[in-house]
Amino acid sequence: MSTEALARPAAPSAARSGGPGSKPKAWGQVASQAFLIIASVLWVLPILFALYVAVRPYSDTRKYGYVSMPHHITFDNFRDAWTQSDMLHFFWNSVLITVPAVVIVLVLASGVAFVLTRVNVRVNVALLIVFTAGNLLPQQVIITPLYRIYLKIHLPGFLSHSGLMYNSIFGLVVINVAFQMGFCVFVLSNYMRSIPGEMYEAALVDGASLWTRFWRLTVPLCRPALAALATLLTTWIYNDFFWAITLMSSGDKRPVTSALANLQGQFVSNQNMIAAAAMIAAIPTLVVYLCLQRQFIAGLSLGSSKG
Amino acid sequence: MSAPSEERTTAAAPDTSAGPRAPVRRRRRRLRTMTTRDRIVVALLLGIPLLLDLAFVWFPAIGTVLLSFTKWNGVGSLHSKTCVPNMPSILNNGCWFGVQNYHQAATLDPSFWPAVRHNVIWLAVFVVIATPLGMLFAVLLDRGLRGTRIYQSLLFLPVMLSLALIGIIWEFVYSQNYGLINTVIGRNGNSNAIDWLGDPHLNLWAVLVEATWRQAGYVMVLYLAGLKAVDPTLREAALMDGANPWQTFWRVVFPVMRPINIVIMVVTVIESLRAFDLVYITNKGINGLELLSVLVTSNIVGETQRVGFGSALGVVLLVISLVPISIFLYQTFRREEAP
Repeated sequence: MSTEALARPAAPSAARSGGPGSKPKAWGQVASQAFLIIASVLWVLPILFALYVAVRPYSDTRKYGYVSMPHHITFDNFRDAWTQSDMLHFFWNSVLITVPAVVIVLVLASGVAFVLTRVNVRVNVALLIVFTAGNLLPQQVIITPLYRIYLKIHLPGFLSHSGLMYNSIFGLVVINVAFQMGFCVFVLSNYMRSIPGEMYEAALVDGASLWTRFWRLTVPLCRPALAALATLLTTWIYNDFFWAITLMSSGDKRPVTSALANLQGQFVSNQNMIAAAAMIAAIPTLVVYLCLQRQFIAGLSLGSSKG
Repeated sequence: MSAPSEERTTAAAPDTSAGPRAPVRRRRRRLRTMTTRDRIVVALLLGIPLLLDLAFVWFPAIGTVLLSFTKWNGVGSLHSKTCVPNMPSILNNGCWFGVQNYHQAATLDPSFWPAVRHNVIWLAVFVVIATPLGMLFAVLLDRGLRGTRIYQSLLFLPVMLSLALIGIIWEFVYSQNYGLINTVIGRNGNSNAIDWLGDPHLNLWAVLVEATWRQAGYVMVLYLAGLKAVDPTLREAALMDGANPWQTFWRVVFPVMRPINIVIMVVTVIESLRAFDLVYITNKGINGLELLSVLVTSNIVGETQRVGFGSALGVVLLVISLVPISIFLYQTFRREEAP
């Protein structure tokens, strides 16, 4: 069920209620529209403003302030931000962290959710609680021991140049996977419960093994939920700031989001370039959102009235 | 599994008596059909993630509690001897400190109580403004007005940005001499400029505007997902009975949305406890922007590492966060826990 399917039948009824003979409703609609328009404008304004700063040369804003008519429009800030800050390198770090983390979380979480909903392990509710609660803890609750653990665990050289879990991309993937798994298990187990049991009985009659029932039957049926989770996870992990600044010491291994904080210090004299760098860093999540927007709300059944 | 799902849809009604027994019998039958290979698959599917979760989330969480009773600068090893009072800290390292860390936090640390107060204000703003605003957005968008898709995309836009990025973007709005607000209200001179992010009486509120800006969109999307899942016939029935939209929402839709309301409550509380990125990017969380999360962090990544003290602050966060977590878990899993 997509949002579109729900939106389409709703449209004519909205038009109908706006017709003659229903003045209070029409007034309510106008008020709602006005409120949403004002809110939307307020919500994009800061982003557009930063974009506006980014496309103006430093000399202009220095002279006239940020709020002024454009005297020159330029993309030099974007070019300079890209080349002078080595952004490609930081983007690559983000990719190396985000892509494996998202894939691993989704695979592991669907496995757990499948077992907890479709196989009677005696303690399955307790396990679901362990996973769900773990994700709800504030990160700062676990950071102090985690930091010590990361300094203690040694890794082979191909996983980490420093030889430690600390300050390695592998370490960031691990903590992102462990921390995000709970949420995915929760959402996926809610989703899997809505799959009719007859399908599994039919599969059993056909002699499908447990693995087949999981990998060939359940996972494909969960595609909407997986798409929604993939969107969320990509943005959460890509946007992560806390793990990256606490579990990594040096700037050059950090992902782009936390590297921006360093850039802010580095380019303190040229705010326009920082604005441009910020806009560049925002592009990946915006692209993901635009691509997967449709599946997004439909797949996000957080134990709502059906679950 | 048709029986349990049926049971769930009627779960709003008082518990059915015959319902719970059927799935138990079915489950037993399924268990018998498991081969050895199936069992190995179950063990792997469950075991690897569980191990990961225990090792990197729950083990550190327990570690925080234990470390909070010690005094340790991270160098050298921990032992079980009690710390000797009035000794230089170099000799008193890795020792058992009892509740002294908590005592010091509450009485000596100048930034502890401001941090607690800021966290409480943060939570209050989220509860009173950000969350209701997000719910209002969702309810209005759910009415299927023209342009809903566009509004939804725009209002959700900030949620896709990282909080670090949001901090940077808003600095242009708040900038003293060049910023949007000060220019518009004419306070951008050198003498009369308002230092939104620097003034310790103002900066918390300025940052809370940024946080609300993002949180409202987040709540909106969660709530919208819940609203879409409400059975449309419920609403039709209410309209048939002559209920107006206001009554329909509060008397019919809102009660049905109970599970999602709890999710939203948890998200609101947890997000306000987690708040960190925005203040850290603004001024590293000092001078009016102290938060518990920042204090925990500065005790491990700062120059002087006070592992025990930082852990004690972490435990304070843990204890507060356990309240909403327990409520959530109780409400969500109560039904399944029953036989």
